[in-house]
Amino acid sequence: MTRLAYYPGCTLKTNARNFEESTMATAEALGVELVEPGRWNCCGTVHALAKDDVMHHLAPIRNLIRVEELNAEGSVDSKKVVTLCAMCYNTLKRSNQVFNQDSDKRKKIRDIMTKEDTQYSGGVEVIHYLEALKEQGWDKVAAQVKKPLKGLKVAPYYGCLLLRPRGIGIDDADSPTIMEDLLKALGAEVVSFAYSQKCCGSYHTVHMREVVADLSHKILKQAEVAGADMLVTACPLCEYNLGQRQTQVKQQYPSFNSIPVVYFTQLMALAFGLGEEATAFEANRPEPTPLLKEKGLLE
Amino acid sequence: MICLENNDEMITIFVMGKKHRVPGSLTIMKAMEYTGHQFRRGAGCRGGFCGACATLYRKKGSYKLEGALACQKIVEDGMYIAQIPFSPSEKKTYNLNELKPDAPTILEYYPEVSRCLACNTCTKACPQDIMVMDYVQASLRGDIEQAAKLSFDCLSCGLCAVRCPAEIVPYNVGQLARRLYSKYVVGPTQHVLDRVKEVEEGKYDEEVKELMNMPLDKLKVKYNTRDKVEE
Amino acid sequence: MILRSGPENKHYRDRVKELSGENVDLCFQCGACSSGCPMTQEMDYLPSKVIRMVQLGLEEAQESKTIWVCTTCFNCEVRCPRGIDIANVMEALRQLVLRKKYNRVSIDELSPEELRDLPQVALVSNQRKMTA
Repeated sequence: MTRLAYYPGCTLKTNARNFEESTMATAEALGVELVEPGRWNCCGTVHALAKDDVMHHLAPIRNLIRVEELNAEGSVDSKKVVTLCAMCYNTLKRSNQVFNQDSDKRKKIRDIMTKEDTQYSGGVEVIHYLEALKEQGWDKVAAQVKKPLKGLKVAPYYGCLLLRPRGIGIDDADSPTIMEDLLKALGAEVVSFAYSQKCCGSYHTVHMREVVADLSHKILKQAEVAGADMLVTACPLCEYNLGQRQTQVKQQYPSFNSIPVVYFTQLMALAFGLGEEATAFEANRPEPTPLLKEKGLLE
Repeated sequence: MICLENNDEMITIFVMGKKHRVPGSLTIMKAMEYTGHQFRRGAGCRGGFCGACATLYRKKGSYKLEGALACQKIVEDGMYIAQIPFSPSEKKTYNLNELKPDAPTILEYYPEVSRCLACNTCTKACPQDIMVMDYVQASLRGDIEQAAKLSFDCLSCGLCAVRCPAEIVPYNVGQLARRLYSKYVVGPTQHVLDRVKEVEEGKYDEEVKELMNMPLDKLKVKYNTRDKVEE
Repeated sequence: MILRSGPENKHYRDRVKELSGENVDLCFQCGACSSGCPMTQEMDYLPSKVIRMVQLGLEEAQESKTIWVCTTCFNCEVRCPRGIDIANVMEALRQLVLRKKYNRVSIDELSPEELRDLPQVALVSNQRKMTA
């Protein structure tokens, strides 16, 4: 078993519990143990872009100290930390970069964190779970598939922070293939569509919900037109805006046909044949189970 | 009453901007009373447990603004003191009977916890050495048990709230977490309920009656010879 | 609308360049950022226009609705042929306003139902970008 440090992020413990549960089940099947630090804090997404900002890097860096502590006590096999939430991934990775590249900020951050037992060395590598899977090899993923997702047309939705800005993304920002590769390994039919990297509206869902519903409508409609049965995502905010908010979309666009949105690990759990507790479809809105039953992928 | 040791060294402190000479072994509270100040507000149990006497001070030559409980902190030469009567925070009204011990409950009443920067300023300000940032973060995650356990020693003195850059009042959040924890996670304590039932059924009526009618000298003997746990 | 720019506006341009870390002088107004931006229909000025305003040192840039509608999706950064991260410029303009004690979204204006429903990631990121 490879032991990898795992940073959940706040939402994975509440609204996106299904993302975490399906990941834990599939990771075990792949021989990976995800070790959560005993103590961690909210990553403070989104990354602070102002060049004089030091304060907003404290939250991410603190989590990286936790990873180093895990490594020092021998609970994990390396200084890598894997995240599921694309926003946490982006925030942790970018603050890590700032820490390592800016000696002035590095000094300030260390000076403020007087209550930490250890100073951050800058040595943690932040990766997204999709990268970890790619590194293992898609053949290893394919080897675990008991029920290939035959006949399921899936559109991969990347969103923004998984791929951008350049240098931070897990894949090419213009023509990514990582999600497509995963879906192929699971036996699903990949549906390309033009809006797979288009922003869902992100944090405007708090105070500009109609605008977000507009954007979601565009994205979902394009996926439908391209022939997709469902979308997969790697971000709880995207899942919320594209999935949970479909009731709002329906209000604004009565002719809209709802289309399920699930996390990629949930499809992995389904293909691995790991059962209901692992796929955790009950929390997804709209519910994917009717469609999956129709396709003969669920009893 | 202030008891002084015979060889107590006199030091200089500043209270409300005025210079005073006080014995160096006193707490801030005793030192202020030594100088003739009378506490009408900002004093309570005098034992480090009620949080009424939150004080801001600085040490001679130090750039830092520090906080402490006046009844616990011993004065130092050159200490410059200012009292904080209380921090006027808004405590939200909720009906505990209608709540659930989860993150949406915390966010409904104290959504400002989502602004927490994890800067740890609150932890640094706390006179009780509580991991304040950790319990605020735990409540943001919905880990009510952790939030309740970590905030257990909180006195609501307000020093954390005064310094928080995200404008959170941590002690209110901790209080809600502890209430949710005890009511819903720990639940009613069975042995207490059992004992109440016994009392209501009259199991102890005779004993109580006997004690009530006992003459004072006999009561004294009974008290002095009671079962004690030796320290 | 007539906007005037003169030597006295240089200070503002320099301040935005410093805060964003971006050399806006490189922009030659190709419009690639605007065409890739998902939020243009909600904006009063296109992203490329805001960059032009910053080049000219015009403080009207931070009075636009555009900077508040930006979702920091970095589509502009990926598309810019001169390597400018327009999202950084938007953030700098927001910070110049927010640091004057202005909150774009005040958390106490949200209803209990909304607060219960929204995932933490939404509230946290919103408050990060929309408040001081």
